[in-house]
Amino acid sequence: MADVCVAGLKKQYSDKVILSDFDLTVADGECFTLLGPSGCGKTVLLRLIAGFETPDAGTIAIGGVQVADAAKGTTVPPNERGLGMVFQDYAVWPHMNVLDNVSYPLKLAKVAADEMKSRAMGAVAMVGLKGLEARLPSELSGGQQQRVALARALVSEPRLLLLDEPLNNLDANLREEMRFEIKALQKELGVTVFYVTHDQEIALGISDRVAVMDGTGRLRQIGSPEEIYERPADAFVFSFLGLANFLSVTKVGDQWRVGAKGVPWSGALPDRDGEQFSAGFRPSDVIVSRQGDGLAGVVRRASFLGADMDYLIDIAGTEIRAALPSFDCLEKDLMFAEGDSCRVTLSDVHWFPVADGEGVQ
Amino acid sequence: MRSAIPAAPRVGTAQILFGLSVAILVIVVAVPVLLIFFNAFWVNGAFNIVDVVKVLSQPETYQALLNSLILASGVTVTGTIVGTFFAWLVTRTDLPFKGTMKVLFLVPFMLPSFIGALAWKMLLSPRSGYINRMFMEVFGFDGPVFDIYTYVGIILVETMYLFPFVFIQVSGALERMDPTLEESARISGADLFTITRKITIPLVMPSILSGSLLIMLYSMAHFGTVAVLGIEVGIYNIPTLIYEKIHQSAGSFASIRTGTVLASVLVVTAAFILWLQNRVLSRGRYQIIAGKSFRPTQLKLRGLRIPMLVFCIAYIGFTIVLPTVTIFMVGALKTYGLPFTAENMTLFNYKFILFDWQLTRDAIWNSISLGFVAAAITMFAGVIISYVIVKMKVRGKGILEFLGMLPFSVPGSVIALGVILAWSGKFGINIYNTVWIILVAYIARYMAFSLKANSAALEQVHDSLVEAARASGATMWQALRDIVVPLVRPGMLAAFFLIFLPALRELTVSVLLYGPTTRTIGVAIYTLNEDGETVYSAALAGIALIIIVFGESVIKRLFKIRYK
Amino acid sequence: MSYIQLDQVTKRFGAVKAVDSLNLGIEQGECVAMLGPSGCGKTTTLRMVAGFEDLDDGEIRVGERIISSRRKRFYLPPENRNFGMVFQAFAVWPHLSVFENVAFPLRIRKLPKAEIEARTEEALRHTNLWAVADGSPDDLSGGGKQRVALARALAIRPDVMLLDEPLSSLDPHFREEMRFEIKDLQRRFGFSILYVTHDQSEAMALADRLMVMRLGVVQQVGTPLEIYGAPANRFVFEFIGLSSFLKVALRDGKMDVGGTAYAPPSPPPEALIAEGGAWLAARPNEISFTSEGGVGCVVERKAYLGEVIDYRVRVGDAEVRVQKTRRDPGPAVGEACGLIFERPRWYPLEG
Repeated sequence: MADVCVAGLKKQYSDKVILSDFDLTVADGECFTLLGPSGCGKTVLLRLIAGFETPDAGTIAIGGVQVADAAKGTTVPPNERGLGMVFQDYAVWPHMNVLDNVSYPLKLAKVAADEMKSRAMGAVAMVGLKGLEARLPSELSGGQQQRVALARALVSEPRLLLLDEPLNNLDANLREEMRFEIKALQKELGVTVFYVTHDQEIALGISDRVAVMDGTGRLRQIGSPEEIYERPADAFVFSFLGLANFLSVTKVGDQWRVGAKGVPWSGALPDRDGEQFSAGFRPSDVIVSRQGDGLAGVVRRASFLGADMDYLIDIAGTEIRAALPSFDCLEKDLMFAEGDSCRVTLSDVHWFPVADGEGVQ
Repeated sequence: MRSAIPAAPRVGTAQILFGLSVAILVIVVAVPVLLIFFNAFWVNGAFNIVDVVKVLSQPETYQALLNSLILASGVTVTGTIVGTFFAWLVTRTDLPFKGTMKVLFLVPFMLPSFIGALAWKMLLSPRSGYINRMFMEVFGFDGPVFDIYTYVGIILVETMYLFPFVFIQVSGALERMDPTLEESARISGADLFTITRKITIPLVMPSILSGSLLIMLYSMAHFGTVAVLGIEVGIYNIPTLIYEKIHQSAGSFASIRTGTVLASVLVVTAAFILWLQNRVLSRGRYQIIAGKSFRPTQLKLRGLRIPMLVFCIAYIGFTIVLPTVTIFMVGALKTYGLPFTAENMTLFNYKFILFDWQLTRDAIWNSISLGFVAAAITMFAGVIISYVIVKMKVRGKGILEFLGMLPFSVPGSVIALGVILAWSGKFGINIYNTVWIILVAYIARYMAFSLKANSAALEQVHDSLVEAARASGATMWQALRDIVVPLVRPGMLAAFFLIFLPALRELTVSVLLYGPTTRTIGVAIYTLNEDGETVYSAALAGIALIIIVFGESVIKRLFKIRYK
Repeated sequence: MSYIQLDQVTKRFGAVKAVDSLNLGIEQGECVAMLGPSGCGKTTTLRMVAGFEDLDDGEIRVGERIISSRRKRFYLPPENRNFGMVFQAFAVWPHLSVFENVAFPLRIRKLPKAEIEARTEEALRHTNLWAVADGSPDDLSGGGKQRVALARALAIRPDVMLLDEPLSSLDPHFREEMRFEIKDLQRRFGFSILYVTHDQSEAMALADRLMVMRLGVVQQVGTPLEIYGAPANRFVFEFIGLSSFLKVALRDGKMDVGGTAYAPPSPPPEALIAEGGAWLAARPNEISFTSEGGVGCVVERKAYLGEVIDYRVRVGDAEVRVQKTRRDPGPAVGEACGLIFERPRWYPLEG
């Protein structure tokens, strides 16, 4: 097993700087996810750790051994880094059957034939492909091919498993199932996992810790799934992790008001000093009623989505989304129609600097 | 885990492979072509355009240029019409036996056109052609019903063998086209005729154009048919005139110059056509492939269904079966000109050319060995060069791509001429009149095929497949050996056969390069015919057809097994 | 009599009945979505209405007009049906400009030039395409292409709009936007919509009524709320949202779920009690945990997914999925507790 330590890392392609002065530490045996929008440099970081790219500055160490040091110009080739890796497009070799694919890392490691066979069979069974050993990849579904890739990455008991958006090409049900399987395997084997994805649901569901990266390659927050979801460091993290509403709230005299029209704000007050904030909240944090306390709003759009009602509500010129359980709405007379006026209270508000935006993001 | 090792200075494998690739392409392709331009435009060490104009304005050369243009245009027009019509018929109507028909329409690709020309000469030459004689003797016609030794004759014969270029492109486009493009026009209120005119044809127009430009390219540089049907009555095109000049005057300075000037015109024209085709393909090819797999609406031919089927069968019978049968029948005649009756037929000719006659035995052996060696060398060189082009990140790759594309625009007669200039002692190596010069020319001519097949195969091998091997612990060489080579092997095999089979029937290049003992099958058939040995020529052609058809079916079998 | 009426419509492909005796009525201005897994016959039904497939039995009428009838041996070709249609793969013509794509159906109808221009402009303005009218549709995004297709369908001012998975080829965030655009256009022009999709949330958000199909047979027709709230059978229940099922034994008036006796808030219908067993169906968010009573279970897996916490619990030899909101944390992994089914639905074990 191994920890990963990245320090002062820089990578650029011709003039375009992808990563600069980048530090990150992944602890031994943890499942660590790097979450960010596409093109943010997260895959480049993964490829630097794998050794397919060399850094322009900085160092990378795996298990305490330096595998890349730009200053000294040293680099360990990928095949000597002791890794397992799973790619987005599976990268299962089409000319080898399942067992040959999975045995290949052991063959390279010159493992004796009968041990190789039993370990490969073990890995195949572990990912639930027992009985399909002799199949060619073209005879497997996408999900099965990704399981082959997973078995192949794990068969040589690597210290570090690198996963590059491995579930992207799978359909939603399979994605969910595989997510749990990867998590279970990681727990069972104790391997360090470095997972790269842009899908926040996977990141939350699978990780011990998540690092959120913005579009320019900067880290915004590192923490447990609960930490980053419940206590986002900034508005970017908050809106990247799910549908987010923002209302701009300003102090006028000694009263807090919302938006340009300045309707009075009701509910929790900012938790820090300042005159102007952006109040961030999730659609599920919106409590809607026919009358009573709360911000006055008008329902612009009502959609029944099954489990939830989805309302678009105009509050002082800013539109926000609210998600309410459908049966609650039915039982409590909260089936609003377009044009109905309503009252909105918020159960959970995050306060961000005002520059961070307004409306639904 | 080993300790860190120093990063290797990156002048290693990549640079060596790159240098090797450039060297191969420069020596084999670039030098001969450059020598042609050099010879055409440099006289006594100075650039000279006046002489070039003078050569071009001689009536003989001028007429050949004009003929090339007339023939190529004619073949392009007829080939495009025939190819598009049959493509539409087999993809968009309820014609019976469409699958079989589609396969049959591709057969002409397999058959060497000069053998076809030979057959048509036997059938329709004005005096001795069997059909013409039949009409004159049996029905009492005054003259021949059709004279094949004419522009029209040449155009029709070339059309028979070149229309598949358009047929393949157009039927492919029609089959892959998203049917909802046409359905949305129907629901908009358009009937089938309007849809064909306003939607379908415009959408496949790029494919039609690209196919016709290919026909034009081939026809422009085509030697065989014009040589068999035109020379006798003085119809020369550029390749046949080059042949005539080089051959008759045994390499005099003036004739070489005329040859190089003509060759330069050919190269420039071919490059222009290819450039045009590239433009059509890159700009005009619409994204029309998508959607659910509902089959497109088929036009019901109704009463025309059977007549159309009969027409297709008649076409195939007339253009494929009739010439082929003629070749075998004439090859079995005791003397050319005798009627096809049992007492006039013998298998002696076949036995004689296969086992007894040194000239034809040499030719068969030369073709097979030359084809095999050229295919093998070109296949391996092609893999290396394609690997550098497709997979490696090296500076200066653009040069390689350009050099790799160059052979596509260099017609066979130009390559042959360039090879003569380069390998007749100019650089201290003289292999003129040996098999080696033919081998070098074959490699130059077929390099493009190999690059195409191998690049396509390599592009299928995604980088992540190699990276997955590296992450599994494989070194670069292990990854090449265990992953890349096995995956590219089918592409290499395809390249081998794509070269070996055409090389077996090659005429254009070999006819300019052959010496007394280095005839190839194509040359032997052609010269036997020239010398009036028509029955032996036909018998050898028959044997060539058998070898070719056998070879084609072997590959088909090979690839079918692989794709299962 | 509804505006569009499908009576006993049947289509066979070889021995397979792709659509079996289908009846459906669509009112003027109504949006009906046909929903089901691939191969359920929804697309075939749409193509029969469009006229791309003939019927093997039955009849389709629009208003007073019969458009397909097996019995009367009548079939109106699609070009004469005067419908608007939008396809999954956009099917805009790349060799024509955006304007000419939309003008095409009007030119086919040989309308006066001025009217063609006016109506094309109107359709393009309503779909926010007027600015790119002279451009090529190939330069537009997927959403842009689909708007061209919509404008083209609108240009003839059809009474009936047929939409074949029109949003499936779009990026997820575009999908939601287009959904509302289609709804707005319908409101403005008042056409009826027959809509094919396999996405249940799309169908529920857009349609006035849903028709759920399976293997060529209609399973249920109703408003989104009816279908979600009271699925007619187990298949509909499972198809229309997340679901958990438990096999329940009903013996001697007692209910036995995974080995423990349980009294649900609403008992199963008498008919099922007589059968001796039933499926208990529930949505994962309509199940709650209790420390006392309920159906005994053990938590096997718990995943924090942000908005919801996703549980897999074991009840006897069955697995049940439960989802709680993040404000309502439940038991930990390995904990034994009880399950309460807040809104149980019951389905027969057979079929």
